[in-house]
Amino acid sequence: MSILHDFEYFKPADLQSALDLLKRFGNNAKVLAGGTDLIVQMKENIEAPDAVIDIKGIPKMNEILFEDNTLFIGACVTFSELIESEIIQKYFPLIKKMSETVASVSIRNRATLVGNICSAVPSADSVPILLVYDADVLAQNSSEERTIPISKWFAGSKKTDLHSDELVTGIAILFPDKKHAGCYEKLGRYSGEDLAQVGVCILAFEDFQYNVAFCAVGPVPKRAYGAEKFLKGKQISREIIDEAKQCLLKEISPITDVRASQEYRTHMMSVMFERGLKKVIARLQGGEDV
Amino acid sequence: MSEIHFILNHENRTVMIEPHETLLEVLREKLGVKSPKCGCDRGDCGACNVLLNGRSVRSCLILAVEVDGQEIITVEGISKDGLSKVQEAMIDNNAFQCGFCAPGIIISATELLNNNQHPTLDEIKETLSGNLCRCTGYLPILEAVENATKE
Repeated sequence: MSILHDFEYFKPADLQSALDLLKRFGNNAKVLAGGTDLIVQMKENIEAPDAVIDIKGIPKMNEILFEDNTLFIGACVTFSELIESEIIQKYFPLIKKMSETVASVSIRNRATLVGNICSAVPSADSVPILLVYDADVLAQNSSEERTIPISKWFAGSKKTDLHSDELVTGIAILFPDKKHAGCYEKLGRYSGEDLAQVGVCILAFEDFQYNVAFCAVGPVPKRAYGAEKFLKGKQISREIIDEAKQCLLKEISPITDVRASQEYRTHMMSVMFERGLKKVIARLQGGEDV
Repeated sequence: MSEIHFILNHENRTVMIEPHETLLEVLREKLGVKSPKCGCDRGDCGACNVLLNGRSVRSCLILAVEVDGQEIITVEGISKDGLSKVQEAMIDNNAFQCGFCAPGIIISATELLNNNQHPTLDEIKETLSGNLCRCTGYLPILEAVENATKE
């Protein structure tokens, strides 16, 4: 299938030029990074922009930085680059583990974490991790920068809080100052191209605080504040896990689709939540990195 | 129409393209490079894989205009001076039947072996998990990649 409509292609070399283009074209522009979602949408005529703005030529967009205890992931950083990054391996191994579950090598060589959150599908693998770390989305228009907490990012399935004149420049994550361990549990039908049927991410801290977030079991990925509140301050035991599961199941709203039934998703959510909790506790106690 | 310049299989090439043309379309229809195949045309099957600056990518999901100034290698480039070890191993192992997935799989395996000369079976499986094959059931393909690392 070919892309059937014409558009203008721009590859600005600096941020200001990109923002000027966005201002000029507004909703008629689409931003191109990896293209693994956008090109498909253009082929299927879901998107038919007048202008495609390729942001890969903007140097800052390609950076992974760790300064002042804060990680910056530029908008054009691919999942493969995250997997290979020494900064990510040292400080945020959970991001590496998650990235390895995204599609397959040739997609990861192109697809970006920021693109994943901008597509904002319910099964976005990146989001539960960003949620448990309370990451910030950095958005910029031609006059100002705006910081959007990831918990406020989603306006609905495939909808975000981003304005049409804004560009996401990257993601910022503060490195937690307490000892912590995390895991991302993803269920798919097979490895390779499949999207998550259920995804749950847990970040546990030494003072018995547990940040829990899920994807693919509701219209948007979300934090499970009910389960978190219940678990706070508690050591994990059989009974505690069972009760926490009940809290979590009240917070999800899975649907039946081509990838799994509602019942299966609900059941597996509870299985994977338990599996994840046990893993993070073992990692926290064993001193193993994430 | 705009003109792009890139290195294709070790040669400088210049071609006139429209912004909406994908790399796969330009390679096959304008440049006569037929090894990348159009399978699903939406990034799921891996039949269109090529190497972009040494990394495997789906050429159906890349606009041709994006590769201006970059380097592309296809199976034609890999076998320019004779078959590679991976290709020989695929033949020796009867890894393919219809061969439609073969170029994509050879590209993926080549990328792996360029970065890791002694991959484990799990690493080979992970590398090829984005390449679909309907004929031989994957096992002879995985064995062939393993064999290629032994010699």
